[in-house]
Amino acid sequence: MTVTVKTFARLTEAAGALSSERGATFLSGGTLVMRAVNEADPSIQTIVRTTDPNYAHIAATSGRVELGAGVTMAAILAERDLAYLHPAARAVGGPAIREAATVGGKLFAHAPYGDFTTALLALDATVMLAGGFGQRELPLEEFLTRREREAALVAAVAFKRPGNGELRFVKVTRMHPKGVAVLSIAALLPGASGRVSGARIAYGAMAPTPVRAKMAERALEGRALDAAGIAPAIAVAADGTAPVDDAIASAWWRREILPVHLRRLLLGESASMRRA
Amino acid sequence: MKTPIQFRLNGEDVATFAESGTNLLDVLRESVGDLSVKGGCWQGTCGTCTVLIDGAPRVSCVTLAESCAGRSIETTAGLRRGADLHPLQTAFMENFAAQCGYCTPGMLMAAKALLDRNPSPTREEVVDAIGGNICRCTGYEPIIQAVLTAARGDDRRRA
Amino acid sequence: MLELRKDIFADERDDNLKEIGQPTARQDILGHVTGTSPFYDDHRFANLLHLKILRSPHAHARIRSIDDSAAARMPGVKRIIRAADVPVNLNTLLSLIQFGKDDEPSLASDVVRYKGEPILGIVATSERVALDALAQVRVSYDPLPAVFDVEEALKQGAVSVNATYPKNTFEYYGKYDHQKLRYGDIAAGFAQADMIVEDRYQMSPIEHAPTETNGSIAVPDTNGRLIVYTSTQALFFSLDTSAKINAMQSNQLHFIGGTVGGGFGGKVDTLTEPLVILAARLTGAPVRYRFGRHEEMQFGSPRGAERIYVKDGVMKDGRIVARQVRSYFDSGAYTRLSSYAVVKCAAHIPGPYTIPNVHADVFCVFTNRTPATAMRGFGVTALDFALECQMDKLATAVGMDPIEFRILNAYRDGDMKAHRREAKNCALIECAQVAAEKANWPLRDEFRRMSSRQGGGVARGGTTDRSRAPAPAIAAPSAPQRVSYERPAAASPPRSAPPPPPPRTTPPPPTPAGSSHGAPRFSSVFGTRRR
Repeated sequence: MTVTVKTFARLTEAAGALSSERGATFLSGGTLVMRAVNEADPSIQTIVRTTDPNYAHIAATSGRVELGAGVTMAAILAERDLAYLHPAARAVGGPAIREAATVGGKLFAHAPYGDFTTALLALDATVMLAGGFGQRELPLEEFLTRREREAALVAAVAFKRPGNGELRFVKVTRMHPKGVAVLSIAALLPGASGRVSGARIAYGAMAPTPVRAKMAERALEGRALDAAGIAPAIAVAADGTAPVDDAIASAWWRREILPVHLRRLLLGESASMRRA
Repeated sequence: MKTPIQFRLNGEDVATFAESGTNLLDVLRESVGDLSVKGGCWQGTCGTCTVLIDGAPRVSCVTLAESCAGRSIETTAGLRRGADLHPLQTAFMENFAAQCGYCTPGMLMAAKALLDRNPSPTREEVVDAIGGNICRCTGYEPIIQAVLTAARGDDRRRA
Repeated sequence: MLELRKDIFADERDDNLKEIGQPTARQDILGHVTGTSPFYDDHRFANLLHLKILRSPHAHARIRSIDDSAAARMPGVKRIIRAADVPVNLNTLLSLIQFGKDDEPSLASDVVRYKGEPILGIVATSERVALDALAQVRVSYDPLPAVFDVEEALKQGAVSVNATYPKNTFEYYGKYDHQKLRYGDIAAGFAQADMIVEDRYQMSPIEHAPTETNGSIAVPDTNGRLIVYTSTQALFFSLDTSAKINAMQSNQLHFIGGTVGGGFGGKVDTLTEPLVILAARLTGAPVRYRFGRHEEMQFGSPRGAERIYVKDGVMKDGRIVARQVRSYFDSGAYTRLSSYAVVKCAAHIPGPYTIPNVHADVFCVFTNRTPATAMRGFGVTALDFALECQMDKLATAVGMDPIEFRILNAYRDGDMKAHRREAKNCALIECAQVAAEKANWPLRDEFRRMSSRQGGGVARGGTTDRSRAPAPAIAAPSAPQRVSYERPAAASPPRSAPPPPPPRTTPPPPTPAGSSHGAPRFSSVFGTRRR
């Protein structure tokens, strides 16, 4: 069968086409959709895309940051005001992939891909969806549980700008400089006086989608970021996770090394890319 | 259903028709006849098919061809100026940076993307620039040396 | 930087080295850097058709029925190729040199024996059409029990994988189910030993993953022949295999290749050429059969996994007195080149060491896994991994430095090898000494003084006393010397003329009945002795 491509100048029109056409898939960066087309995936009959410049807008200077779903990893790396996201953006693929991979596309990547989304989850981002109904917003965590069934178009993500040095990120791989994740960890650690309050920790490749490490977050509340302070959090680091088992690493291995890398991240001993 | 595709390729305007949904790699090889671009995985993971689009490195196998309308694409076929090789090509030859030769076009374009933006890269920057390109033969070191050599050859740089 | 240690074996050396040590550019590197080296797919033809293959999703199953009627009706589908279309639908690669029985179909008809086995081909106007058509083919299977473990496959009552070899082992010389090596008395060796070290080593299959996948294009030529552009590493091998499977005279095929985008052994099996030639003959059009990356990983043969048991007996003073090896090569569902890997493995045991009691059994085993093939020293590299791990463990057990341990046990000229040939032109000791020097690894003086040319021979089971004084100091030869393959016997003066070849004492073996392809015979495969 042939694939039809429909291009719309306005995001809202693209959103309309996405929800009304059967077998329609939205093409963002292309790294996932084009691969499926190359492999003759029969579920992709219509490709919907947009040339709306709004789709790739970056509003990064105020307290609320908004990134269009079409913003590429390379665009993030070029934006100084998004420096806290650079470790996560740099961890995606090689330079060519970073020029194509988008914030929106990454939301749909299956484990063990999608490490950028792990950082967004730690930032407690919300997802803005555009559909026939107009726009609606929902928490990223909720979006991830229903993304397969989501017919609306992801227009943008938004989050509160983190304080200096509050967001930490590590991607653990077997190959360097780029490799598929064994796991990734993003941690937002607010706490000026050295006592953590309201920490948010997210894992990639420790479940079918990026997930919050709520047990570890609770265990970290009010604690200092030293070896003794973080010990309770490390003890429950892998609780509630269901790591993926694949050619990169077994579920067992992911569970074994997670506490090691979380410990290093919380103690500030981590480079943003580490060997498994 | 055939759809019109047009872009600039190595400085020349190109126009062709291809099946809707075709990737840029297939359009370049099959429709336009530029066989200097090679395909390795058709998944975007090996970097063999790397081309430059408006100066940025892109994996052409997962790039929708029709999205390149109006853009400027560069491939290995466009590196040399007549009989003169690009400094990267000379450096690859002198540093034994190719064995089977299949990853070479992609490596050259990834390296060009780096040097066009950053004429004096560090070794780490070179490693990162080719980090998305797989080579199964050389062990990468000769390629890294070739790119650093080309970067140092300022007197041979062309615009 | 390349360093030539001409001081070593200086009196044997022809020093007129013109190429070695000089950098020489590949003759095709200009093509590589300009993107003009002609890989098989860098040829374009009007009306090129595309062949894609339906593959088994099961490791082992009976095919009950195939319904390709919906696929056949799809626009753009030019021809469906079924098992019955293949003129000679059973082959083994080394049948070209009469080694092994035909065991592998090009297209499976009644049984599939590994996940990915080809069942049916579709030739269409584009790859997309071919893939869409394949998705319309309905095959019903009766899954069968499968075996994936080499030792399980050899047990009584195991699932039989390969119809040609129902007991799951390759047959050597028409009757042996494994390769055997026997030297000395292994039981006595173990009884004598002060310590025994044994272990089990397991490799994984390794995928070559060349950047260029396997593929070929067959083009009808104007005189009734077919031109085939191919990624193969083995042009004549592939041509003859394709001729056999297509029941064609080999002079009807013109194979063009030589530019291979990474082979490493994974482009010898002739996986695409036979069917693409058949497709071109059946359609009268140029046809391309190109592996996608998933096909290359799943269906393209890997280096076979090996399971190796090594049991060594060693004396307190460091001498290994007994080595027993039991090795299983996982050939997957069909032979391909695994039969040959096993011969190489047996020929390599016990490694470059003089051991008076050696006992080895090496098996080529069939399982329901992807058929394995050549890769970078297959049959030897995995064995060496096992043996060298053992050497380190033995050295630790006797409290010796691991390099000195190897020097102590290394072959020396004149030693009798387990294959009943005298060791000649040994150099392991010198290599170990230089490696230690480069690594600043201290060796005791007595080990730094040891030489491959000393201490071997009668005392260590050899028949001739080959030991002689260490090499004289280096003097550049005044006239070029020929390289001699036979080190002169003790006390003979250096010669300036090459020694005459030793006289034949036995007539050369009679030439066996010629093969229909006229291909040469491999003496290592047949065990015929060379003088």
